[in-house]
Amino acid sequence: MGINPRGRGNGMITTLDRIRTKKNVKVVDVIGGWGLRRHVSQLGIHPGDILTVLRHAAMGGPILIMIHGSQIAIGRGMASHISVEDAE
Amino acid sequence: MKMALAGQPNCGKSTIFNYVSGYKAVTSNFPGTTVKYTASKIYVDGYTCECIDLPGTYSLTSTDAAEYESRKHLMSGGIDVIINVVDASLLSRSLELTFQLMELEIPMVLCLNMVDEAHRKGIEIDLKKLSSILGIPVVETIGVKGKGLKELFSEALNIFKKARKAETIKYSRDVEEIIELMTAYLKDDLRVPKRLAAIKLLEGDETSIAMISDRDGDLSKRVTELQNILSNRHGRSSDMVISSERHSQAMNIFEQAAEVVHPPKGDIRVQVDNIVMHPYVGYVILVLVFYGFFNFVFGIGERAEGPLMGLFEFFTQRLGETMGSKTVGFLVLNGALQGIAGGIAIVLPYLVPFLIGLAFLEDVGYLPRVAFLMDSFMHRIGLHGKSVFPLILGYGCNVPAIMATRILESERDRFIVSVLASLVPCAARTTIIFGLVAFFISPNAALAIYALNIAVIALSGRILSMILPEVTPGMIMEIPVYHLPSIRSTLAKSWYRIREFIVIAWPLLIVGSVILSLMEFWGMDRFINAMLWPITYLVGLPEAVGTTLIFGVLRKELSMIMLIQALGTPHILTVMSKMQVLVFTVFVVFYIPCLATIAVLWREIGSKRALLTVLFTLILATGLALAARVLGAFIW
Repeated sequence: MGINPRGRGNGMITTLDRIRTKKNVKVVDVIGGWGLRRHVSQLGIHPGDILTVLRHAAMGGPILIMIHGSQIAIGRGMASHISVEDAE
Repeated sequence: MKMALAGQPNCGKSTIFNYVSGYKAVTSNFPGTTVKYTASKIYVDGYTCECIDLPGTYSLTSTDAAEYESRKHLMSGGIDVIINVVDASLLSRSLELTFQLMELEIPMVLCLNMVDEAHRKGIEIDLKKLSSILGIPVVETIGVKGKGLKELFSEALNIFKKARKAETIKYSRDVEEIIELMTAYLKDDLRVPKRLAAIKLLEGDETSIAMISDRDGDLSKRVTELQNILSNRHGRSSDMVISSERHSQAMNIFEQAAEVVHPPKGDIRVQVDNIVMHPYVGYVILVLVFYGFFNFVFGIGERAEGPLMGLFEFFTQRLGETMGSKTVGFLVLNGALQGIAGGIAIVLPYLVPFLIGLAFLEDVGYLPRVAFLMDSFMHRIGLHGKSVFPLILGYGCNVPAIMATRILESERDRFIVSVLASLVPCAARTTIIFGLVAFFISPNAALAIYALNIAVIALSGRILSMILPEVTPGMIMEIPVYHLPSIRSTLAKSWYRIREFIVIAWPLLIVGSVILSLMEFWGMDRFINAMLWPITYLVGLPEAVGTTLIFGVLRKELSMIMLIQALGTPHILTVMSKMQVLVFTVFVVFYIPCLATIAVLWREIGSKRALLTVLFTLILATGLALAARVLGAFIW
C-alpha cells in the first residue's frame, strides 16, 4: 500500500455501477464523504481488493457483489462512488 | 465479573447468548437483529458472571444507533472480559473489528463461530497459530448446536483470572509514528486507552472528537495537522489509510493462520439465490411467499376458530341457565369467560401460526433478499432497501419494529420508517383482519385490506419524504447465506413472542371484558358511546361499538373481543352488516397505535412527533373507514 493505484493496471477506470454481471474488477478508490468511505470500508471493501459482480436488480435497484467470501448489496447510487478497473 | 459478547452483525452473538441464558434475546438471520443490549446472570465453573449481548458492530466507529450502543458499552470501562464472536467463514474481514477490540486493552477471547460454514467454504483455520499471532485464546464453536460453548466461557473466565490484557496489533512504521505523536499529545484522564483514542481521532471519528476536543482548544488543530501528514504521505484520506492498514494486517494474518483447502463446493444455495433474487422471477416468488404465508395462517386459524367459538358459546349458555342471566355474578363470570374465549378461539388460532411462520422467514434468511428486491421501490418512496426490515418486523409487533429503525443511518429515515411501521397491521390487528373480515366476509376481502394498507404506507412514506427531503445515502448491507433454521430456536423465538400475548395482553382482555360487562350493567357504556357517537355515526357503525374503540387503544385485540361483548353475540352478522364489519376492521387497523407503540414512538422519535402520529392515524382511519363505507354500499 502507500502507492496511489491510479494510472496503473491495464484496464480503464470506471465506476462499479457500470460493471456487467459475472465480471471481476479491482477496487481503485472510494470517492465520497467520510460517512460513505467508512460504510464501504467497514464491509470489507478497500482499494486493491478484487470483487465479482453477481447480479443487478431490476429497475435501477442495487447490485450484488461477492467480496472476501461475503455477498454485499450496494445501492446503485453508492456503487457509483466506487471506482474500479478491469481485473481479468 | 462482566463479560460482553461483541462482534460484527449476524455472527451469532445472540445465539450463543441464548444458549447460556435461556431464550432472552431474539435471534434471526439478518444483520442488525439486536439493537439494544440484553444482560443475564450466568454460571461458569462455579462463578456467577454477568453476560451482556451487544448489538453487532462492524467497527468501533459507530454508523447507526445500534452500533453506537455497542460502542458506548465497550468504551464505558465497565467490561471485564470481551468475547469477540467471529463468523469463521468471514475471518479476514472480521479481524478488522478484532484489532479495534484489542485496542481497548481488556482481557479478550476470540470465538470462531460457525466453523461448519467455514469448512463448507473450504477454509481451514489453524487455531494455535491464530492464537499465538494475536496473543489471545481462540476457541472454535458452532453456536446453534451449542458446540464448544462450555470451553468458550471457561476460557473467558480463565483469561479474566489471569487478567491478561490483549496486546495491540502494530501497523506499518510510518503510521505508528503518527499514532505515537498523537498519543503523546493526549492526557491521561481518558476512559479508553490513549492509543485507541489517538487512532479514532486520526480516523476522524466524530464521536471521539466531540468527546475530547471540547476540553482542549488546540487538540483539534493538532489532529488535523497529523491527519494531513498521513493523507499527504499516502495519497488518500487519513481514515482510509488506517482502515487499509487494518485490512492488510487482517489479510496477512488470515494468510498465515488459515488455508483455503478447496474452492467452495457448488452450493445449492447459490442456485436458490439465482431464482429468489432474479430480476423478474424474484418478485413472483416474493408475492407467492407472502400469499402462501397468508393462506397458511388463515388455513390453520379458520379451522380452529369455528369449533372453539361453538364450545365457548355452549359454556356461556349453560352458565346463564344455571345462574340466571341478570345477576351481577353471572355478568362478571360471563365477562371473564368472553375474555378467555376471545384469547383461545380468536387470537391464538391466528397468532400461533403467524408468529411461527414469521420466525421461520427471519431465521432462514429471506428478509435480506426482500430488502434487495424492494430497494428500488423504497427509493421511489424516498427511503432505501434496509427500511424493509422494520416494516416486515411490524407485522409481528410494532414495538420491536420501531426499535429496529435503529439500524438505519439517518435520523430522518428513522423517523419516517417509525411512523410507517406503526401503520403496519401487527399480529394483533392481523387476528382482527382474519377473525372478522376473512372469517365473516371472505379471505379475499382480508387480502384487500392488506393491499390497501401497503398502498397507504407507500403513499404516506412518499408524502413524508416530500415534506422532509433528504438524499438518502443509499443501501449497503450484507446478504447472509441461507441457514436451515434449527427447530428449537425458531420455536423458542415464537414462544418468546406468544408468551408476550399470554402474560400481558390476555389478562387485559379478561379484565377488560369484565369491566365492560359491569359498565353495561350499570349503564355507563352509554356515556362513552355517546361521546364517540360523532365518529361511529360518520362511518356508519352501531353506536355500541364506541367503547370497544377506547379499549382497543390499550391492546388492539381488545376491540374485537369487546365487540362480541358489546354486541352481546359472537354471531356478528346477525347484528352488523358485512359493510359494517369491513368499516370496523379498516378503522381499527389504521386508528391510533396501541399504548405500547405510542410509548416506544415517544421514546424513539420524541413526544411531539409521536402525538402528531397519533393524530395523523386517527384522521387517516376515519377517512379510510368512510371510503370503505361508500365502497361497501356499492358491493352489498
